[in-house]
Amino acid sequence: MAEAAGAEHTQTQGEYIQHHLEFLTFGKDAEGHWHFAHGDEAAEMGFWAFHVDMLGWSIGLGLIFILLFRSVAKNATSGVPGGLQNFVEWVYEFVETNVRDTFHGNSALIAPLALTIFVWVLLMNTMDLVPVDWLPWLAQTISGDPEIAFRVVPTTDPNVTLGMSISIFLLIIFYSIKIKGPGGFFKELAFQPFGPKLMPFNLLIEVPTLLAKPVSLGLRLYGNLYAGELVFLLIALFGAFQLPAHFLWAAFHLLVVPLQAFIFMMLTIVYLSQACEHH
Amino acid sequence: MNINATLLGQSIAFAFFVWFCMKYVWPPLSAALAERQKRIADGLEAADRASKDLEDAKEKVAEELKAAKTQAASIIDQANKRASQIVEEAKEQGREEGQRMVAGAQAEIEQEVNRAKEQLRAQVAGIAISGAEKILEASVDEAAHARLTESLAESL
Repeated sequence: MAEAAGAEHTQTQGEYIQHHLEFLTFGKDAEGHWHFAHGDEAAEMGFWAFHVDMLGWSIGLGLIFILLFRSVAKNATSGVPGGLQNFVEWVYEFVETNVRDTFHGNSALIAPLALTIFVWVLLMNTMDLVPVDWLPWLAQTISGDPEIAFRVVPTTDPNVTLGMSISIFLLIIFYSIKIKGPGGFFKELAFQPFGPKLMPFNLLIEVPTLLAKPVSLGLRLYGNLYAGELVFLLIALFGAFQLPAHFLWAAFHLLVVPLQAFIFMMLTIVYLSQACEHH
Repeated sequence: MNINATLLGQSIAFAFFVWFCMKYVWPPLSAALAERQKRIADGLEAADRASKDLEDAKEKVAEELKAAKTQAASIIDQANKRASQIVEEAKEQGREEGQRMVAGAQAEIEQEVNRAKEQLRAQVAGIAISGAEKILEASVDEAAHARLTESLAESL
């Protein structure tokens, strides 16, 4: 991007990418003071730090989702729907069909959960299609700090994707215990697939399988989007030739963005459906 | 890749959005769609009923039409019969009238003939008397000969 090249002419290519992969971090340092930080300082903050840019975009996009859908839901007519309601109903029916086909239990939570995941993740992934330098440049211009770190795709932060997948993991545990009882849940982990006599082996297989669910769920989304963003950053280094390459990669990403949102939603439904089923 | 409190923030936001969606987005949408489904089902049912009603009405119309045709045919039949009856009657009446008129005319003619005979007889009697008077050239007792001439005239 031309404007970014002007602002960052002193950076090497490595520094350019490094800078674009840094979060706007607000956290507690070793002395217990809360402040914005970047670079090693941010890394040293440990657990008590927030990626303000990621949370901002994530919550902002989530608000767009719920306010948009709420405004439609509030005025939803059973007569002929208008354009926006038509779109919302299309999304609703898409999610509802998938939930009904996959989840056979009876839960008022699963369908709205799936809808939230699909639309929210889709919106967050879509930020990947915004040219990589536009919003950081805007942040630099507004804040007046040319060094400010500002990332815009929440799903390229493992904290965001794991935050969601761990929440889903807790739901899996909750539903497993609620439907099967603590004993039933334990039996499922301990007595399969080799029978009660080989309980340690069963646990050795089943517990990592269970724990792998949130990790794979979160890291899949993160990995796909992070890789996508990284390629966009590399393309941005091409200079004058970046436009066709950028276009091609964006066209490809047009497939990845909804696909990853769909996969995240489907796996959530499948995991929760497994949690609610007796074996 | 450093895990930090962003994860907690995201989890809280996630829980809030799911809760909001579950409470305020999904139920109204679901209700609206269910209601539309019901309205469509009702509409289709009404359409089915209407087409069945139409079928029934058509059948009824055909029946009525058939009945009306039969009735009309019988009325026409009756009318034809009545007409021919009237014609018959009129013919009969005409013939009777004609016969009566003919009979009246015949009676009148007979009467005329009789009257003419009577006159003729009287005239002939007179002529005969005057002829006889002339023949005899003598005065004859009119009263004595009147019987004679009268019986003569009657024999005419």
